[in-house]
Amino acid sequence: MSDVAIRCRALVKRYPGREASWLRFGRRAAAPVTAVDGLDLDVAFGECFGLLGPNGAGKTTTVEVLEGLLAPDAGEVTILGQSWGGDERRLRERLGVQLQETQFPEKLTVLETITLFRSFYRRGQEPREVLAQVQLEEKAESWVRKLSGGQRQRLSLACALVADPAILFLDEPTTGLDPQSRLQTWGIIGEFRRRGGTVLLTTHYMEEAERLCDRVAIVDHGKVIAQGTPVELIASLGAEHVVEFESDHPVDLERLRGLDGVRAVGSENGAVRLTVGAVHRSLPALLAELVRQRATLSRLATHHATLEDVFVSLTGRHLREE
Amino acid sequence: MSLRFHPLAQLTLLKLRGLLREPEAIFWVFAFPLLMALALGVAFRVRGTERLPVGIQDGAGAAALELALAGRDDLEPRRLAADAAREALRRGNVALVVVPAEPVVYWFDPTRSDSRQARLLVHDVLQRAAGRTDVGGATERHMTERGSRYIDFLVPGLLGMNLMGTGFWGIGFFIVVARSRSLLKRFVATPMRRSDFLLSQITGRLVFLVLEVGVLVVFARLAFDVPLRGSLVSLSAVCVVGALTFGGLGLLVAARPRTIEGVAGMMNLAMMPMWICSGVFFSTARFPAAAQPLIQALPLTAVNDALRAVMLDGAGLAAIAGELGIASAWCVASFAAAVALFRWS
Repeated sequence: MSDVAIRCRALVKRYPGREASWLRFGRRAAAPVTAVDGLDLDVAFGECFGLLGPNGAGKTTTVEVLEGLLAPDAGEVTILGQSWGGDERRLRERLGVQLQETQFPEKLTVLETITLFRSFYRRGQEPREVLAQVQLEEKAESWVRKLSGGQRQRLSLACALVADPAILFLDEPTTGLDPQSRLQTWGIIGEFRRRGGTVLLTTHYMEEAERLCDRVAIVDHGKVIAQGTPVELIASLGAEHVVEFESDHPVDLERLRGLDGVRAVGSENGAVRLTVGAVHRSLPALLAELVRQRATLSRLATHHATLEDVFVSLTGRHLREE
Repeated sequence: MSLRFHPLAQLTLLKLRGLLREPEAIFWVFAFPLLMALALGVAFRVRGTERLPVGIQDGAGAAALELALAGRDDLEPRRLAADAAREALRRGNVALVVVPAEPVVYWFDPTRSDSRQARLLVHDVLQRAAGRTDVGGATERHMTERGSRYIDFLVPGLLGMNLMGTGFWGIGFFIVVARSRSLLKRFVATPMRRSDFLLSQITGRLVFLVLEVGVLVVFARLAFDVPLRGSLVSLSAVCVVGALTFGGLGLLVAARPRTIEGVAGMMNLAMMPMWICSGVFFSTARFPAAAQPLIQALPLTAVNDALRAVMLDGAGLAAIAGELGIASAWCVASFAAAVALFRWS
């Protein structure tokens, strides 16, 4: 077997459109959607790989095709050297899957739920050991109904980890969680990796991708638009800092491009973003230029460049549009 | 593989725990049929030899009439003023009013069977009192056998209805809830055998069947002395075939819907005709002959007929082979269709 745990080539997945019909009450017509549009990925053993992108970018569809839950319209998928359509059960023995929207039965206890999932696998961990790994020992006998959002999420991880899988697929593992629960989840994923596990996760949180992932693919409209380590991707901006400001009247962006240390200029909804190599050189130049243009600042902020800035520079949009 | 990690055992437990931990489900499966049997059994109980109320209108000779009728154990004479007698007759509080006159007047509603019966009885009494003698002799034999009352008819029907309801709801509802919460999809992402999941619906159903049937049959025996004349083997066979049939139909209606509302509508659509036509509360013979082939082909009709044959007539398996055959055909067809149509996500 090669050192590639997950590989896909030219993956395409379309959802057919739907015509409006009086026979189907309450259903609107929908145009056909190409959710995944020629996507390539390679994830090495032991790697944590992140699919980063906004909602609707095709992340979930991609993951579900890789998990063998959806059949692709075109392209190849190889998981652990095997493709879907062969001995699927043998392959599934080695995969731990967490779906975004699963709600576990409310009236089962936490331990019963994990035991149920354990029973589907020929080999796996003791349910109580997994309970300890996800820090739910105290909730072993509690009904799922009584769990908080963060605890439910950890139960979901436990049901994936109980298989003692080689690969863990996590679809938005921390969406909607409070910061403390998010840290706990990151800790569990880190522990799994220390034991040699491979992780593929989707997220629209850039800090999650930067913190957890060895490599990241930025996905938009079903395509990978950039790929690399978080450091490489940020470095591709050619600058480490971002200066953002808003002013009382529009400024001439062309003149800003020539300022000392400025690598790129963009604007969105009245806010102007400068990507700069060194804030201490560019900021005085910017302020002087604004005085020349007779513009008064209404907001000014600077931060270290993040994956969010990479996404913005590639698409002109933010990851999360609220 | 130990039983602890046996997928079929765990999936069956999932189903049983879901039901046992749901007080509402316990009520509908166990308590509701008992309450229904109790209410209908009391409402339609046989009242022994009922005394028919007969009014005697005030007037000369009324006292003599009352004396003549008072000796009977099937009549309940009472004296009434003329307008009160009219009112009592109109409201149905008395079956007949006897007006003392020469000859006496019987005042009654000839469309009411109790009125006609009271008239015959009163006339008989009065004629004998006047000296009539019977010309031909007759002796009587009384039928007191259990199994011919309404409650005897009703209990097997309720049992059949319960098998149908639990099959549809217990399996259909469970599956659609699991699908709408992406639990089925999550299961499919594991190496779980899909056949194990479908099989667990049946095993879970059969475990409950023992309780469900036992409770109703024992209750009916204790409260109303409803007989079980056939063997337990025959009864079990009918119940198992019935449970599998309705389980298959439950699986079929739940094969595709993604919402509870969607499946609830389909279940009612499937069950409603059988509640009415399949002889739960009244005999299927009340429907016209033209509709009979259709009605007899319904699975609940077959199950109810088989249950009545076993419980009331003591029929053996050979005698109910036809009914079991009809139910089994539904069972096989619905399972096959359900498996072909089943949607996991």
